[in-house]
Order: sequence, then structure tokens, then C-alpha cells
Amino acid sequence: MFQRLKNNYRTIFYSLLTASFYPAKAFAQWDNMNMREGVTQVSRDVFELHMLIFYICVAIGTLVFGVMFFSLFRYTKKRNPVPATFHESTKLEFAWTLVPFLILVAMAVPASKTLQDIYQDEEGEINIQVVGYQWKWEYKYLEDDINFFSNLSTDQDEIYNLVPKGENYLLEVDEPLIIPVNTRVRFLITANDVIHSWWVPDFAIKQDAIPGFINTAWTKVEEPGIYRGNCTELCGKNHGFMPVVVKVVEQEEYDNWIISKKNEAIKLAELTEKEWSLAELTSRGEGVYEKNCVACHQASGQGMPPIFPALAGSEIALYDKSRHLEILMEGVQGAAMQSYANQLSEVDMAAVITYTRQAWGNAENGDGAYVVPKDIVEYKKPKI
Amino acid sequence: MSAVIESHHDDHHHGPAKGIMRWVLTTNHKDIGSLYLWFSFAMFLIGGAMAMVIRAELFQPGMQIVEPAFYNQMLTLHGLIMVFGAVMPAFVGLANWLVPMMIGAPDMALPRLNNLSFWILPFAFGILLSSLFMEGGAPNFGWTFYAPLSTTYAPPSVTFFIFSVHIMGASSIMGSINVIVTIMNMRAPGMDLMKMPLFVWSWLITAYLLIAVMPVLAGAVTMMLMDIHFGTSFFNAAGGGDPVLFQHIFWFFGHPEVYIMILPAFGITSHIIETFARKQLFGYSSMVWAMLSIAILSFVVWAHHMFTVGMPLAAELFFMWATMLIAVPTGVKVFNWVATMFRGSITYETPMLFAIAFVVLFTIGGFSGLMLAITPADFQYHDTYFVVAHFHYVLVPGSVFSIMAAVYYWIPKWTGNMYDERLSRLHFWLSFVGVNVTFFPQHWIGLAGMPRRYPDYALQFADWNMVSTAGAFLFGASQVLFLFIVLKTVLGGKKATPEVWEGARGLEWTVDSPAPYHTFSTPPKVS
Repeated sequence: MFQRLKNNYRTIFYSLLTASFYPAKAFAQWDNMNMREGVTQVSRDVFELHMLIFYICVAIGTLVFGVMFFSLFRYTKKRNPVPATFHESTKLEFAWTLVPFLILVAMAVPASKTLQDIYQDEEGEINIQVVGYQWKWEYKYLEDDINFFSNLSTDQDEIYNLVPKGENYLLEVDEPLIIPVNTRVRFLITANDVIHSWWVPDFAIKQDAIPGFINTAWTKVEEPGIYRGNCTELCGKNHGFMPVVVKVVEQEEYDNWIISKKNEAIKLAELTEKEWSLAELTSRGEGVYEKNCVACHQASGQGMPPIFPALAGSEIALYDKSRHLEILMEGVQGAAMQSYANQLSEVDMAAVITYTRQAWGNAENGDGAYVVPKDIVEYKKPKI
Repeated sequence: MSAVIESHHDDHHHGPAKGIMRWVLTTNHKDIGSLYLWFSFAMFLIGGAMAMVIRAELFQPGMQIVEPAFYNQMLTLHGLIMVFGAVMPAFVGLANWLVPMMIGAPDMALPRLNNLSFWILPFAFGILLSSLFMEGGAPNFGWTFYAPLSTTYAPPSVTFFIFSVHIMGASSIMGSINVIVTIMNMRAPGMDLMKMPLFVWSWLITAYLLIAVMPVLAGAVTMMLMDIHFGTSFFNAAGGGDPVLFQHIFWFFGHPEVYIMILPAFGITSHIIETFARKQLFGYSSMVWAMLSIAILSFVVWAHHMFTVGMPLAAELFFMWATMLIAVPTGVKVFNWVATMFRGSITYETPMLFAIAFVVLFTIGGFSGLMLAITPADFQYHDTYFVVAHFHYVLVPGSVFSIMAAVYYWIPKWTGNMYDERLSRLHFWLSFVGVNVTFFPQHWIGLAGMPRRYPDYALQFADWNMVSTAGAFLFGASQVLFLFIVLKTVLGGKKATPEVWEGARGLEWTVDSPAPYHTFSTPPKVS
């Protein structure tokens, strides 16, 4: 703790030192000071609207502040010892009520038009369900029956300043959303726990993901590339750590990707049938745990009580295998723990339960019972 | 009581009581005004210290000083304390001091209610701040406390938060009932509504807004309480409820609340500009009508805070147009202030400096507000630092500057001493530079795409965040100077005349400085 503070003071000192040198080079980047034009018709319309209102505001501001500062310099007590006595003018007051109103109408017309375009929300050629979770995104390709989660891939060591930060610090994920170029894609946006908001600045899409509701948005991207965005509704502790990354590719590449995703699913099904050893499960489970569980339950298994309970030494992790499985599958009513039944494959589910029953001395202190993928398949079968 | 007995009172019994009990039991509007103002200043420093934690963490990318979980508690408490603890009580304090003196009344109409409405406030904030030391930490869901983050997913301290909001609401409602009853019943003979000073008008309108919306807030937190403890599902979709309903209710309170924090500032600014321009305020009646229109419109624009929740097109269009309309009366006010300065005879004492800065910087906040009203553009601005810049421009160099201007303007009347003009100018310039260096770059990082309520950010935002933090510490430090100046004035200084300012108009300038413990026991005649 104190060591970290000490290091921080050092970095703060050095950055103050360097800050005094770089205004000229870094501060002149307009890209970092204005809205992005983006890569869709809608995003360009929005950008133009933004610039239009901005210039109108600048013009009004120049006029009003111009008159004001003129008065402040010209009509000081020294230069104008005797003040005028006028204090109303119906004509003037009428004019400065009417003129702003007309300017507002002039702004409202293009704004309403653009809004209508954004709301042209028929079905897309591709329809993707976007689901917000604390703190990651799930993408489901409704036509192709593909789904996967997209987690922040920035290393914790970068966040805690132990190693240098990469170029896309906090704007990189393990698996981006992939869509084809020049295709109308519709997003059906919802959430699993709290409200999130899915934002891709380059598409001018920002739509809240609300549990129990499905919001829609659409886009037709004109240039292949990687587009980065964020969650923009406060959703808890790791709100700042669930970026959106969309990779826009040519149609052919997209088709190949779809095929490879389908093959992956077949391979995963085979893994479920395989006989797993305890060592294999534990080592796979550690990876699953790091990706899905550490944010709350911590790498040490100590959690952050009382909201996120400790797993190390927990009664359930020590002795109650069936409740352990049930919590992972169903979540905990009225608490932050969500259901992972649809988030983890059978293999990963079995692996992570096994890992948490083995790690942190749980195997030695408890019954050490473990779970194999077939148990999960069994659990998922409808009960009569 | 007969008139004969009363004539002796002034001489013998009506000074303040001695010791601490004077402040606990007081029913005197001036004492209660001072209590409110000191309380609000204490809250301003505590909320400000939290802002410093936030800015220090954002000085550089990466997590350095606090953990994300604690960062969220800081931004939540900062917002709640500044809105409910600093700005609102400061305006109530000013109303207590000034409304009776401005309308020629001897005191507030309901003095014991007045005492109660102040003394429950420290308990409300004591409860709120104590949540920092509770298991699971303080509220961490933002000052807007959207469900279900604030219900199902909230820390246990949320119940204390709800209780404290209830107490704050009760305090505000009692305070505003008092203001309305005082203004409606206790004006000096001859003071018609359209002759009332604008600060009084602004508070009359504000008080009605408070009475209209504080119960709505109380309803919202009560529904939360039911969801958390009694198994209801108002805001829980799984039980048939609606998380968006929470936002509608919250902002139906929240938008008028925004104007509650700015209308009294309009009143203050009008008085100060009029005084130091030595010229009667331009367009008095249009000022009143503008405030009334703003107040009425504030009830039909709430959903512009929620353009991204997925409302139907018709609703989005309606709330966009209604919101843009607010620019008209707001513009009228700014034009009137400028017209008051035009061909005046202006001097630049500290209150005037703050008032001019208010007009310029509040107008900048108004421009960004207009930009935010444009729904398609708002999809890009929403929940980014552009919004943070916008509302800090209207609240810090807006509301807070107007409060500081008011303190400098009326403190000679309150204490009988002039403040230190040289130090107060320094305070103004440090605050002015600090506030702009802090918040102006936030427009840019917001447009460039930095979301708000983030404890950490991508590298392209690093430079301006560093600048913003530097500005924040300058602004924060200069408020310690403000505290020093105020204390110095309370303790001594050049004696003030009854008029204090050359061009001042209004009844409060007809009584001695410092104002006697009881003023206008006999109502003055207003022509």
C-alpha cells in the first residue's frame, strides 16, 4: 500500500515535469477535442448537426458578449459618470424573444429530420442481440445461433501502473463484435443485471441496455476497421472497464468467421463428452475464474464482503457441492450474483466450480468433491 | 398583548441569548440564516474534498489513489452533498437573511418551523456521511441513484441514504412553506407583487417548485425502500416492474431541482448588476415572467435526461422541442442583464466581478445545454464529460459564484464590516481561472468520447485530464482563502454605512449595518 503510494508520487512528479514540455506537440490534436465524424450516414449527420449548433452558439455568444464587454469598458463610472435612466423597451424585448425563437426553429428542423432517420428501425440483414452484464457484453447472432462474451483484455498490471500501458489501454477486448461492411445491422439491446449503455461513437449509437426491456438500434458501416466504444451508464464498480469493440470486415471475411465460429461450437460439444481429470479441470477452471469471477470474488478468493462473499473457506465451497452448482446455474435472488448458465459452456462451468473447490486450501479443508461437464449437462435436463 | 408593553420590548429583552443555546433554540431569521450559510460552507468544503479525491485519481490514466469501488462512493457523495448540502442550504440561508428585510417584515412567518427545518439538516448529512464507515461502504450508485443499481445491487447503507434523503426533503419542504407564507402575508404595506425585489420573486417561485417536487423524490426513495426491504417490484423487471419508471420519477423531481438551484442565482445577479451599474434593472416585469416561464417549462422537459432509454420518436421530439424552448426566457434574462449594463456607470467591486463572471459562464453552460437538447447530438454527448462540463458550468460559476457574489454583496450588512477588497479580488481571480481550467477542457474530452463516472480512462484523454485536475486543485485551494476572508470580515474591518453601496436599492439598505437583531418591527411604507 505505502510502496504503491510512494511510486505514485514519483510518477506524478515526473509527469508534472514532462507535462511542462509537451503542450505544443500533444495538445494541438483536434481529434482529441471534438466529436468524431464516424463512418455511417447517421454519424455524419449527427456530426454536422453538432457543428451547426456549435457555430450558432458561437455567433450568439460573440454578439452578446461583444455588447456586454463593450459596455463594461465604455460605461465605467470614470468614462460615464451619469448613468442613463431607461429601463424598458417593449419593442426591444419583443425582438429578443422572437428572434431566438426563430433561430431555435431553424435548429429544430434538421434535428427532427435526423432523429426520424435514426428511428427508421426495420429489421436488419443481420440481427444481433447485445446483452450487458456486470461487467462485460454478450453478443448473440440471432440468424446464425452464435454467441460469445466480450471482456476487457487490458492487463490488471497495466491498470495498476506496474507495466507500461498499451496503445488501446481500456479500449481492447478478448473477442470483438464482428460485422460485415455495407450491411444493415440491427442491434437488440438489453441487460441481464443493472442498466448499461452500449456506445460506439463512430456509429453514433448510444442505447441503454435495460433489464427486462429490448431497445433497438441500427447501423450500416461504410468502412472496414476497428471501432471502439464504452459502457456509458454507471453500472457498478467496473463500469469503466467494459469497453465495446466492433470489428467491421468485408463480407467474405465475415462469412469465413461465421463458419469458424460454428466449428468451434462443435469442438466444444466434443469436449463436453470427454473424460476429464481433476488436474485438467482445475487448470482450465483457473482461466475461467480469472476471466469471469475475479472482479468480485478477487484472485485470492477473499471477495469483498458483504456484497461479494469470500469463496476461500466458504461453507458452500467446502461441503455443499449441489448448492455450489445451483448458485452458479441460477444466480442468487436479490444479490449481485447472477446466473452463469448461459454465460459459460458446460466444460467451463464444471471447470470453474472444480477450481473454486480446489483452490485456496478449499480441497484440504473441505470434502474436495469436484464437478465434471456431464454433471452440468445432467443439471440442465428438464426435471420431472 | 397591548401596544404599550411591546414598546418596551425593543430596549430590554430582544437581544440574542448567550452561549451555544442561542444557536440551538434560535427562532431569529438572521441567526438561522447564518446557521444555514455556515452549514452549507462546511458541506461545500467536505464535498469539495471529495471532488479533490476524484480529480487526483483522474490526474493520470491508471488506478493510483483509490479503488474503483471507493471512487464510485466519492462521486455519489460529492454530488449529493453539493446539491443538497451546499447549494440548496446556501440559498435557504440567503432567503432567511434577506427575504424578511427585503419585504419589510420583522422575521419569517413561522420561526419555530424555521428552527426545525435547519436543525434536522445536520442529522441528515451526519447519517449520509456515516455510511462511509459502514460495512460495504457508502452509496455508490451516483447522485441520480438509478434502480436497480440502487436497489437490488446496492450496498446495505442504501437504507441510511434513503432515510437521509427523507430528512433533507422534509427540511426543504418546511423551509419553502415558510418562504411562501412569509412573502404572501408579511410584505410591507404598498409592496405589491410586481414591486417585490427580484430575489424575493426568485425565491417565491423556487419555493413552489420545491413543494411540488420534493414529495416526488420522497416517493421515489420510498418505492426503493419497499423494493429493497418489503418485496415489492416497482423497479424490478423480473417482478413486473420497470427500471425506466424510476428515471421518469427521478427526473420529474430532478429537472425542477436544477432550476431550484439556479433561480435564486438569477435574483441575486439582478440586484448586484443593478447596483454596480448604478442603473435601474432593465425589464423588471419580463424578468419575472421569464422566471415563471422557466419554472413552468421545467415540469415538461424531464425526459431530456433520458434520451437514450429508448423512448418512442414522438416523446423524443416533444422533449427536444420543449427543452429548446427554455432558451427563450433564459435568453431574455441574459439580454436584460446586458441592457442594464449598457450605458450604466459601472464599478468593479468583488460582487460585481462574480456577477459578471456568472452571466458569461452561466451563458456558456446555457449554450452547452442547448446543444444537449438536440436529441440526435445528445446521443453522442449523453453521459460523457461534455455533460459533466455543462452542469458544472451552470452549477459552479453559476449557482456557486452567485452565492459568493451574494456573500460579498450583503456581508457588510450582516456583519457591519467591509470585507477586504484586495483579498477578495484575488479570491475571485483564482476561482475564475480555477473553474475554467477545470471545466472547460472537460467539454473537449467529453466530445472526444470520455464517458463520465469513470475511475480510469483511455490514453488520448490524459493531457486534458491532467490540466483539469490542476485547475480543480487551484479552485479548491482558493476556497480556503474565501473562508479566511469571511472570518476576517466577521471579526473586524472597515465599518460599513447603512447604504453600503452607492447604487444599492431596496429596504435592506435602509437599516443599520450590521442589521439590528430585529428589523422592521414596525413595517416601513413602500411607495
